[in-house]
Amino acid sequence: MNTLLNRKQHPPIKPLGRINFPQPEISQLSNGIKVYQFNTGTQDVISVEMVFSAGSWFQKKPFTAMATNLMLREGTRNYSAQKLSESLDYFGAHFENTTERDNAYVTLYSLNKHLNNTLPLLGEIVKNPIFPEDEYSVLAGKQLQMLEVNRQKVNFLARTHFNSILFGNDHPYGMYLEPNDIGKVNNTDLIEFHKRQYHSGNCTIIVAGLIKPGILNELEAHFGGNDWKGAEHNHIQYLTSGSDEKSHFHLKEGAMQSAIRIGGMMFSRSHPDFAGMKVLNAILGGYFGSRLMNNLREDKGFTYGIGSSVVPLRNGGYFVISGEVGAGVTKEALTEIKFELNRLCNEPVGESELSLVRSYLTGEMLRAVDGPFAQADLYRELIEDNLDISHFEDLIDTVQHINAQQLQDLAIKSC
Amino acid sequence: MTEFDRFTLGNGLRVIVHHDASTPIVAMNILYNVGSRDEHPDRTGFAHLFEHLMFGGSVNIPRYDEPLERVGGENNAFTNNDFTNYYLTVPGHNLETAFWLESDRMLDLAFSTKSFDVQRNVVVEEFRQNYLNQPYGDAWLLLRPLAYKVHPYKWAPIGIDPSHIEQASMNEVRDFYKRFYNPCNAIMVIAGNVETDEIKALSEKWFGVIDKGNLNQRKLPVEPEQTEARSLTVHRDVPYDAIYKAWHMCSRADDGFFASDLISDILSAGQSGRLYQQLIKKLRLFSEINAFISGDMEAGLFVVTGKLIKGVSLAEAELALQQEIDEICNNLVSEMELQKVKNRVEAMMAFSEMRVLDKAMNLAYYELLGDAELVNTLVQKYAFVTINDINAEAKKMFRPENCSTLYYIAKN
Repeated sequence: MNTLLNRKQHPPIKPLGRINFPQPEISQLSNGIKVYQFNTGTQDVISVEMVFSAGSWFQKKPFTAMATNLMLREGTRNYSAQKLSESLDYFGAHFENTTERDNAYVTLYSLNKHLNNTLPLLGEIVKNPIFPEDEYSVLAGKQLQMLEVNRQKVNFLARTHFNSILFGNDHPYGMYLEPNDIGKVNNTDLIEFHKRQYHSGNCTIIVAGLIKPGILNELEAHFGGNDWKGAEHNHIQYLTSGSDEKSHFHLKEGAMQSAIRIGGMMFSRSHPDFAGMKVLNAILGGYFGSRLMNNLREDKGFTYGIGSSVVPLRNGGYFVISGEVGAGVTKEALTEIKFELNRLCNEPVGESELSLVRSYLTGEMLRAVDGPFAQADLYRELIEDNLDISHFEDLIDTVQHINAQQLQDLAIKSC
Repeated sequence: MTEFDRFTLGNGLRVIVHHDASTPIVAMNILYNVGSRDEHPDRTGFAHLFEHLMFGGSVNIPRYDEPLERVGGENNAFTNNDFTNYYLTVPGHNLETAFWLESDRMLDLAFSTKSFDVQRNVVVEEFRQNYLNQPYGDAWLLLRPLAYKVHPYKWAPIGIDPSHIEQASMNEVRDFYKRFYNPCNAIMVIAGNVETDEIKALSEKWFGVIDKGNLNQRKLPVEPEQTEARSLTVHRDVPYDAIYKAWHMCSRADDGFFASDLISDILSAGQSGRLYQQLIKKLRLFSEINAFISGDMEAGLFVVTGKLIKGVSLAEAELALQQEIDEICNNLVSEMELQKVKNRVEAMMAFSEMRVLDKAMNLAYYELLGDAELVNTLVQKYAFVTINDINAEAKKMFRPENCSTLYYIAKN
C-alpha cells in the first residue's frame, strides 16, 4: 500500500464547514452587573474576570489608571498586602491585573476546589482597596525602573512614539508615559480614580472553565450588592492632534536593529469595513505566510519577524506594521514595506493567495474558540463594543466571500 | 488525569495519542531528541539554525508552511539545550495534511542554498533582537560559561556568537540531519478528537516506511564539581545594576529535583515569596527579583536574578540576598509554607493543560524524560517532599564554592 503513496500530492482538503461559536450563558446580578459564563474544558479550574471601564482613557494624569489597577492588591480594608498574597498563593491561585486604553481587567485564576477561599479575595481587592502610601512608593519605584529599562528597547520607543504621532500626545490613545510622570501621581489620585471607575455600574464579569453549579449565588454574594455603586460619569471626549509630519526618526546610539512602525488611523470593530480590513491585513502581514514575512524575512533575511495588525479601540482604531530589522538594512526594509503597501493598491490579489488567507483566517477563528480561556478572551472583545456573536459570523462570512476587487478598493481607500 | 495510548512503529518512532472531544482542533507535536548540547563547540547555535531549515522545504514538498495554512493550520517550533520541538494545530478533519507534511520532512530535507543563506541571516537577526539589542539580554550568555567549564550547557541554544551561525556550511547541515532527524530519535503526540486506531493507520501510512536511522547516544563531557566561588563583572549601557547567581543543582531525573524546584517557589513564587517580601518590600533593595531552576534534563542551574534599586550598593544587596539563602539553609521551612508551594504546583499543572496543544507538548516532554505517565504522577512526586528534604537540598546546593555570580553594572 505504501508504494502507492503519492507524497507530492496534498492529501484531499476537506472544507472547514461551519464554526460553532459558543454561546455563553448570560445572567445579571441584582445590581445589574452582567455575567457571561463559558462552561467548558477538561481541567478543574476557573477564571473570574472583572472588566471595568477604567483604562487610560479615563485618567486625568498619565500612570493613574495602571497604578490604580496594580495597587488593588496592595492592601485592603481587611487584608494587608502581605496577608492577601499569602492567602492567594496558599490556594495556588493568582491574579492578573491588566490595564489597556479603554478597559482595565482584574482576573482571578483558581482551582475550582479552592474557589470558596479565593473568590472573597477578588471581592476584597476590587471593592475594598485602601491604597497604602508606603506600598505605593514601592510600586511606583518598581514601575519607574521598569519604564527606564523599557526605554532602552528600540521596539518600545517605536511603539510609544508611533501612537503619539498618530493621536497626539494629549490624546489618551497617543499619550505615553515619561519617567517624571510617575512622581506626579500620588495615592489620593488612585483613591479618586478607583471611586470613579471601579464600581458595580461600570463592571462586567466573565467566568470560564469547568464551572460548578452555584457560581451565580457566589458572585451575587460578593458582587451583587448595592454597597459599591458609583456615580454615573459623563463620557469624556478627546480630539486627536496627530503630527502632520509623515516620517519620524529617533536615533538610538549603538542599536544593532531599527524598530519600524508604519500605519495610520482606522476604526472600531463595528465599522462596516472592519472585516474586510482583517482580510487585507492578513494578506499584508497578518500571518507567517504574509507578504511582509515572505519578502522581508523569507526572501531577504532582513528581520526575525515583521507583521501588521488592525487595532480596534472603543473610540477609533488604527493600523500598524511593526518589526525590527538589521540597522544596516533599514532603508532597504522601508523600501520593501512601501513596495508591499503599493502592491495591495495596484494589483488584485490572486485567487490562490486569497483562498490561502481565507483558510488561514477560518482556522484562526477555530483556534480562538479552543478551550474556555480562549473563548472568554474572544468574547471579551465583543462585550467591549456591545456586539454579539453575530459579529463573528459576519466576520467569517466576509472572510469566505470578499473578492479581490473589493480588497483592492479597500486598500486604495486606506492608503 | 490525562489518559493516552502509546505505540511504537517498526522504525522506532514512538507515538502517543490523547483523546479530547471538547475541541475541533487537533494538535500534533513532534519532539526530536537533539538540542544544543549535541553541538560541536565551534558550531554553537547549530541545532536552532537547523530548526529554521526544517521549514525550507522537504524532499517532496517545496514549502512547509503554505499547505498547512491552506487547511487552516498553524505551526511553530523551538530549540532548547536538550531537544527540538515542532508543533502544530489543525482543524481535525484535515489532520492528514499534518501527517503528510511532517513525515516528508522526517523522510528527507531539500531546502535550497538560498533558503540556507536567508535563514542564517534571520537567525542572526533573532540573535540581535532577543539577546544583543536588549538591555540585560546577554546575561545568560555570560552566566552559562561561568557556571559550566566543560559541559555543553555552557552555551545557550542561540549559540556563543553570531559568527558560528555565519560559518555553518551545507555539508554540516546534511550530516546533522542524518545523525539526529530519525524516527527512532523522535516522539510524536497527537491530541484532540481522534481515535487511536485511526492514528495508528495514519502513522503507518505516512511514517512507517522511513528508515530507522541511528539513535542519538550521547557521550557528553561530565562537568567536574565546582570547588571555588566564581564571579564575573561586566559594565553595560543599562539603567540599573543587576546581579545573577547560579548554583549547580541535580538533574531532572534525580529525586532532589522536586525539592530544588519547591525551594525556588519558596523564595520567589507569587508576591508572598521570601525574596519579594524581604528584598523588594521590606528592605527595598531590589526592584525585581526572581529565583528559578533552569529545568534542564542533565544537572542544571538554580538561578537567582535581581535588579537593584538605584543608589543601592551591590555589596549591600548581595549581602541581604545571601542572608535569605542562609536562612533557608539554617532553618526549617514551616509546614504551611511547604504546603503553599505544593498547592501552587498542583494548580500550575492544571493550568498548563488548558488546550490540546499544551497537553500534546507536555506528553512528548515527559515521554522524553522517561515516561509520559509522569504527566499524571508529577504532582504526587512534589507532594512527597518533606521539610527535611527541602533543608537537605538547600544545604547541598547553596554552598559558596558551588556558586557563580555575575555582576552586571550600569555604566553611568
